[in-house]
Amino acid sequence: MSKKTIIPIGPYHPLQEEPELFKLYCDGEIVKDIKWETGYNHRSIEKLSESKTYDQVFFLVERICGICSTSHPFAFANAVEEIGSIEITDRAKYIRSVIGELERIHSHLLWVGLAGHFLGYNTVFMWAWKYREPVLDLFEMITGNRNSYAMFRVGGVRRDIEGSKIPTIRTILDDVKKKADLLTGAVMDDPVIHARTKGVGVLTRNDVIDYGAVGPTARASGVAIDVRKDDPYAAYPLVNWKVITAEAGDVFAKAEVRLLEMYESISIIEQCLTGLGKTKEGDINVKIKEIPAGMGTGRAEAPRGEVFHFVVSDGSNSPARHKIRAPSYVNIATFKKSCIGQTIADATISLAAVDPCYCCTERLAVAYDIRSHKKIMNAAGMIEHSVMKTSELRKNI
Amino acid sequence: MAVNLFYFLVFPGLLFAATVGAFLSWFDRKITARVQFRKGPPLLQPFYDFFKLLLVKETILPKHGSPVIFLLAPILAVFGATVAGVFILLPLFNITTGFKGDLMVIFYLLTIPSFSYIIGSLASGNPLAAVGGSREMKLILSYELTFLLVVAGAIMKCGQQFDLYSIIQTQQEGSPFIGSISGVLLFIVGIFCIQAKLALVPFDMPEAEAEITAGIYIEYSGAAYALIKLAKYIMLFILPAFLIALLMNGFNLKGLGILWAVLKIVVVVLLLTLIRNTNPRIRIKQAVNFFLVWMNLLAVIAIVLIAFGY
Repeated sequence: MSKKTIIPIGPYHPLQEEPELFKLYCDGEIVKDIKWETGYNHRSIEKLSESKTYDQVFFLVERICGICSTSHPFAFANAVEEIGSIEITDRAKYIRSVIGELERIHSHLLWVGLAGHFLGYNTVFMWAWKYREPVLDLFEMITGNRNSYAMFRVGGVRRDIEGSKIPTIRTILDDVKKKADLLTGAVMDDPVIHARTKGVGVLTRNDVIDYGAVGPTARASGVAIDVRKDDPYAAYPLVNWKVITAEAGDVFAKAEVRLLEMYESISIIEQCLTGLGKTKEGDINVKIKEIPAGMGTGRAEAPRGEVFHFVVSDGSNSPARHKIRAPSYVNIATFKKSCIGQTIADATISLAAVDPCYCCTERLAVAYDIRSHKKIMNAAGMIEHSVMKTSELRKNI
Repeated sequence: MAVNLFYFLVFPGLLFAATVGAFLSWFDRKITARVQFRKGPPLLQPFYDFFKLLLVKETILPKHGSPVIFLLAPILAVFGATVAGVFILLPLFNITTGFKGDLMVIFYLLTIPSFSYIIGSLASGNPLAAVGGSREMKLILSYELTFLLVVAGAIMKCGQQFDLYSIIQTQQEGSPFIGSISGVLLFIVGIFCIQAKLALVPFDMPEAEAEITAGIYIEYSGAAYALIKLAKYIMLFILPAFLIALLMNGFNLKGLGILWAVLKIVVVVLLLTLIRNTNPRIRIKQAVNFFLVWMNLLAVIAIVLIAFGY
């Protein structure tokens, strides 16, 4: 074996928005092996969550990720509502789905732009982000915030979408659709983009199943998993839509899946708006007195894949244990399959193709004592600690 | 001697070429910004950039590199670009007639900036720079032959005269070479060669920002980077000027001719800008293939056409 050069992608690198280290072990331009280090940005969200009330946790989990800031509250709401067996009103369901799908549109547009930037195609970058602006304006109109919408609460949503706003929303959506057409045309028909993304970073159907990839990463390899269909929540069973899949599993297929999903999202939102017209205005909340002791799981399909929240309640006003599993954490493991054997140029776009959102993947691996700098606990010890804690909690329930 | 020094330092050398190049770089950035719905930089931005780097910013030397070669490389790049610029612009502005065989000298001088970037990047000891350097090497190997074919085409068109002045004179007495089929083919090939020589998208893999974070320039900062910028400004002017001299009639600086000259250079730079804004970066393998197979094929077809008098 010849001596390999390590090409570091990270911890701070233009390819990424957040600190994360990928080490590409290269022989010339060919990537022979890849290793990654996470943990630059640990924020102990799960622990913080245990010290906050259920209402406050929504604002906390919203800040796990700035881009998919509704998917975490969505999953958390599903989990808590499962504990309390709370059935929310149809109107609240529709509003939740509208927010969730608007978020998918803006997140996918953001990815298309970034992917363009990573390919050196800055025009696509700027155009996609310009076309994303109206979606953010919509958010501002509906929720009052362009990001971190603060819309969810246990038992419903915080703000109503008034009937007077619906025509404006429809107009803007039509506009977004036209812009999406333009962008899809520009990306899907560009021969140079084809030359650059087709057959690159291929994940086969089996790779996806072996590595447990989720979201568009899995759907681009022909695995039709989507929490919205598989474990329906909110208004998704009430509207008519289909899961977009592609077969190739390469970067182009991932782009295709995301671009076509935007159209499905627009269609879902339009149906939800029609649904809103059939329900009574202001009927967005059910009164919740308290959350009983118990365990609940909540899943939501974030733009990047399945978000999973597990909440244990001991009957008090804050979660006793809150476990979060974010999609990027499982998706980045597929790099072992998609990047090895590629050139550096292809490996970087393969890295970006799963749309990794690192801040939701950060996990603590080692605990140090802050004064003596001695290692207290490693990953295995922490798992043991966590198992012990959980079994203690179980006894108390 | 004094005249030569004036040629080198002031007109049409360093000062003039760099100034025009800086304005062209502003034009390139402004058009790019407008294509991307942005506002774009003010007219003097390239000068602000240059003087800030030169005078304000600290030059940091890489710890594991070879500092002398690392710092000499940008100077070499500026020298190469300037001397090439002088040899191109003197006949182009009708100041001197150049000398027999100056085309070959220009051709070699134009590769010096690229070579010095490679030397500088390899001297910096950074693995990303090494990747960038190796990419630049592959790129040079692929486009140089093609570029030589373009020059050869122009030489054949003017009746086997190896100096730029004769090529320009032949065109000004007859018609510009671009007016024929072979001329158009040569122009297309030439534009892509310039695109690659300037390392603009789709051929910017030596500095691919999202992959190897500016690659060959990654360790440069302060005054050293300012010199690289200077070399780039000069190249942005003299390469289009060289193509204009070869195929587009050169400049005729009498009366409205000045306007024509400006228009020609702006159109060529506009073409380069539009190509770079409507394409993603291609892989180095694809670039080698693109030049060695397709562009060479086009150039050979053009040369065959010239041989048959088209």
